[in-house]
Amino acid sequence: MTTNGTGAPAARVANLTKTYGTGDALVTALDDVTLDLANGEFTAVMGPSGSGKSTLMHCCAALDTADSGQVYVGEHELSGMKDKQLTQLRRDEIGFIFQSFNLVPTLTAEENITLPLAIAGRKPEQEWYRRVIDAVDLEDRLTHKPNQLSGGQQQRVAVARALVSQPRIVFADEPTGNLDSHSGAEVLTLLRRSVDDYGQTIVMVTHDPVAAAYADRVVFLADGRIVDDLREPDRESVIQKLTEVSARVDPAPPTEV
Amino acid sequence: MIKVTWRNLLARKVRLLLSAFAIVLGVAFVAGSMIFTDAMGGAFDDIIEGSTADVEIAFEGANDFDAQQDNRTIPADVVPKLEALPEVESVHPQNVLQSVFVIGEDGKVVGGNGPPGLAFQYTGATSLTGKPILTLVDGDLPDAPYEIALDKDTIEKGGFDLGDKVRLATPGTPPTITTTLTGAVEFGSGGLNGATLTIFDETFMHDQFFDGKDVYTSISLNAADGVSQRELADAAQKVLPPHVVAETGDDYVEDNKASLDEILGFLQTFLLVFAGVSLVVGIFLIINTFSILVAQRSRELALLRALGASRRQINRSVVMEALAVGFVGSTVGLGVGYLLALGLRWLFGLFGLDLSQADFPVTWSTIAWSYGVGLVVTAIASILPALRASRIPPMAALRDDVALPEATLRRRVIVGIVMVVVGGTLMAVGLSVADGRNSLIAIGGGILLILIGVALMSAVLGAPVLHVFGAVYRRLFGTVGSLAAQNALRNPRRTAATASALMIGLALMAMMSIFGSSASASTDAAIGKTLTSQFIISNVVGQPFSPDVAAQARKVDGVASVTQLRQAFPEVDGGNAFVAAVDPRSMGLAFALPVQQGSLADLGPGTVAITESTSESKGYDVGDTLTMTFQGGDVPLKVVAIFPAAPAVPGDYLVSLDTLTKGGLAPLDSMVFVTKQPGASTDAVRAELERITKDLPTVTVKDPEGYAAEQKEQVNTFLYMIYGLLGLSVIIAILGVVNTLSLSVIERTREVGLLRAVGLGRRQLRTMIRLESVVVAVFGALLGMVMGVVFGSTMVLALKDQGLTELSIPWALMVTFLVAAAVTGVLAAVIPARRAARLDVLKAIATE
Repeated sequence: MTTNGTGAPAARVANLTKTYGTGDALVTALDDVTLDLANGEFTAVMGPSGSGKSTLMHCCAALDTADSGQVYVGEHELSGMKDKQLTQLRRDEIGFIFQSFNLVPTLTAEENITLPLAIAGRKPEQEWYRRVIDAVDLEDRLTHKPNQLSGGQQQRVAVARALVSQPRIVFADEPTGNLDSHSGAEVLTLLRRSVDDYGQTIVMVTHDPVAAAYADRVVFLADGRIVDDLREPDRESVIQKLTEVSARVDPAPPTEV
Repeated sequence: MIKVTWRNLLARKVRLLLSAFAIVLGVAFVAGSMIFTDAMGGAFDDIIEGSTADVEIAFEGANDFDAQQDNRTIPADVVPKLEALPEVESVHPQNVLQSVFVIGEDGKVVGGNGPPGLAFQYTGATSLTGKPILTLVDGDLPDAPYEIALDKDTIEKGGFDLGDKVRLATPGTPPTITTTLTGAVEFGSGGLNGATLTIFDETFMHDQFFDGKDVYTSISLNAADGVSQRELADAAQKVLPPHVVAETGDDYVEDNKASLDEILGFLQTFLLVFAGVSLVVGIFLIINTFSILVAQRSRELALLRALGASRRQINRSVVMEALAVGFVGSTVGLGVGYLLALGLRWLFGLFGLDLSQADFPVTWSTIAWSYGVGLVVTAIASILPALRASRIPPMAALRDDVALPEATLRRRVIVGIVMVVVGGTLMAVGLSVADGRNSLIAIGGGILLILIGVALMSAVLGAPVLHVFGAVYRRLFGTVGSLAAQNALRNPRRTAATASALMIGLALMAMMSIFGSSASASTDAAIGKTLTSQFIISNVVGQPFSPDVAAQARKVDGVASVTQLRQAFPEVDGGNAFVAAVDPRSMGLAFALPVQQGSLADLGPGTVAITESTSESKGYDVGDTLTMTFQGGDVPLKVVAIFPAAPAVPGDYLVSLDTLTKGGLAPLDSMVFVTKQPGASTDAVRAELERITKDLPTVTVKDPEGYAAEQKEQVNTFLYMIYGLLGLSVIIAILGVVNTLSLSVIERTREVGLLRAVGLGRRQLRTMIRLESVVVAVFGALLGMVMGVVFGSTMVLALKDQGLTELSIPWALMVTFLVAAAVTGVLAAVIPARRAARLDVLKAIATE
């Protein structure tokens, strides 16, 4: 396991605040959140529904903008960037894995993997590309279209796509949410290995304590604030923390996480 | 279910409005044609009624609406006999002269070189409308030689004042005369629809145009009180010389209205053909829109099914939705059609048909047809999507990926092939059996069937083309290009249907351009080959002119021979014939006609030469006798020669001049061919001929090249008009591209979001959609070009013996069409691309 917090963080948010709606309908999605995401670290973000975890990730990933506060990806400060710069940043510095609909249906697995590079007009670095393909174990599926792949395979293609451009940071939004436990484990192992073997920085939003247990660090959000920060998590400790967090938000005992 | 339908309509109004637009344009075309022809018919009906008295007397056929100037006249001694009849209140003898034109200050014909110029003397007759046929509104009636009155519109157009000198081009000798304007008259019904009316003094009329004889061309009668038209006509008939008939005003009006309706019918059919093309294209657009909407809503429809809606209810809900669109489209179309009719009034005004005083009525029949066409077309177009919607199983509501049940492409291909085969057969039959209107219907129907057949197959035909595009795009535009090509390939049916709509308009345009270009090339070739004279004196629009022009040309130094050519349109074998008459003795010097059979040397009184195609279609051979029915009676003629059609000789039948005289036609020339002596100076002869025609704005002197150019220009003007009319269907097709693209973008919202998330720039996204649009447009254009070239070439080759000897394909124009298609593709993508680029990335990803 890599050491935590070496050098400058891969991404950093400072005093981030974001609200939706007005008056009675006002919802504070993020309330003065400050968080460093260290290089080479696998961070899981957890919290009850509406806790702001997705908003936090979207803001970090240059998909959404906050009302106030700063977001840094590497040395880039996001606030004040135009759409064109944000797009470039996403393309060059960030990798994405979504819960579903990760792949362009008209492109083959291989074309999907190299899509961000192709959009930028770059060729994949051959040696790295081989290693990624090797890691996701899809050599014999590369010419297939997404609808010819299983859900797990599709998600592995998405992981490969996120890794192939060697981004500074990969954001994964419930990457195993639509998968059976076996396929989910495959994908999570893959993510874990990319952190261990290649020093990839990953941020993953998840509901699943099992998934969170693959991470180096679990950040808990509730009502738009970071309420806890767990290092070296395992399934039990995550569940315990979650229960605490939920109890703090809602006095009634939670039936389910 | 009605509530659901209604909600759906409101929820998708923009989409539906776009497809309603197809209906709007189609219905507008239908309504516009009907309103315009109604207006035109009404305006001419007014003229006919306003110029008809209780009884009209003339030689058989001479007084018809479409009659040419007649050479038969009624002696003046009939007038006192008519006046003596107790049934008669008043007798109004008349000389009606065609081809009298007023020359403006600028030397051009007032009112343009197109509408007719009529002349007669003042008449005191009262028309059927109760108004006098002519009313003096200003100044005095002419009562001396070289005095005239003009209708007030012509005075206004020409900018004349009473007392001005006015020059006239007439069929008399000399052809131009200078007169003094003494008065302004108004025609009974008010307007003349752009025609000019000159009133002469009666004695001057006789002296100048009827060899000084006291004769009339027609006589109008007004009945005494209590005498019916029929009684008056019967009484008058008894004192008339043979072949002169007295017709009741009502019969006369009815006959002329019937001939008018025939002409208007042609015009209406012509316009309605284009309305039909637009509607067919519109059907494609609507089918496509509704198919996409149904596909996008399949989950919702499945939910309705799961909740207990029957197939029929789903089916009906989609059709109802379409009908609502059709209703809105028809209503707007009717309004736009009215504007279109006004536009047509302006357009025809440019050619001299002045309908500024005409009513533009929206009749119940126009309304019924507009709604009928609009609703039926939308109903037809929505049947397929509705059937498909009703086949969505309720289970689909629960599944994630909804695949609509679709008929296999194979069935489409089979149906397509059958349609192409049937269409091809129809075309072949139509082309081989030359039978006027019926063959046109067969050819048109064949073309339509083939186009629809190809449209059905285009999903399959298109795949290779689209793959080629993909390869080119990948090379030129990299990933963005290959994404665009993939998108076009993703739903081949949709791409094909969108492209097919464009194909139809462009196929017809390409076909017409081949026609036009081949006609031009054939004209050049034929005139170069057959015309041996150096000069042609003629009128662009075929208005006949005074034979004095030819007489003067004969006197020019250095002229070896002058050949007059006259035209007539008698009936042969129950159909209209196009007849050219020449003097056989001088004909050989004017043009060298190749002869296929028989000999032109035998052409003379009682004989006729016919074109090869006439011989084939009518079955006449050398030695056979045919009968031409002129307005003045039947003339039997023996066929002595068969020749291939030649544009230099405008006609299917060639007769000697005396045949027209026998047919009752006045001697007026349509063309004069002048051949110079071998040693004479071309320039000198030309200068002299131009001096002769200088004062006649209706005729010009041309060399064969100039004549060919004039002919070609006419063809081109006609072509531009057709391009314009077909352009409407292309506009509909482009709207189809916009619609399909917009719907596709909506359908692919998540994908767009994903692409944007992984780094596709807005500009790249726009490029992608633009490229996709260009694929569709160019594919459609390409298909259209291929079809057009096939249709055009086939028809030109098939019409070889009609004078289309040269096949010329205007490749440069074809390339222009393709480039234009690509450009419209880019334009069609503007809105969908902008919408896609504006999508919020986050929301797009989150879209279900």
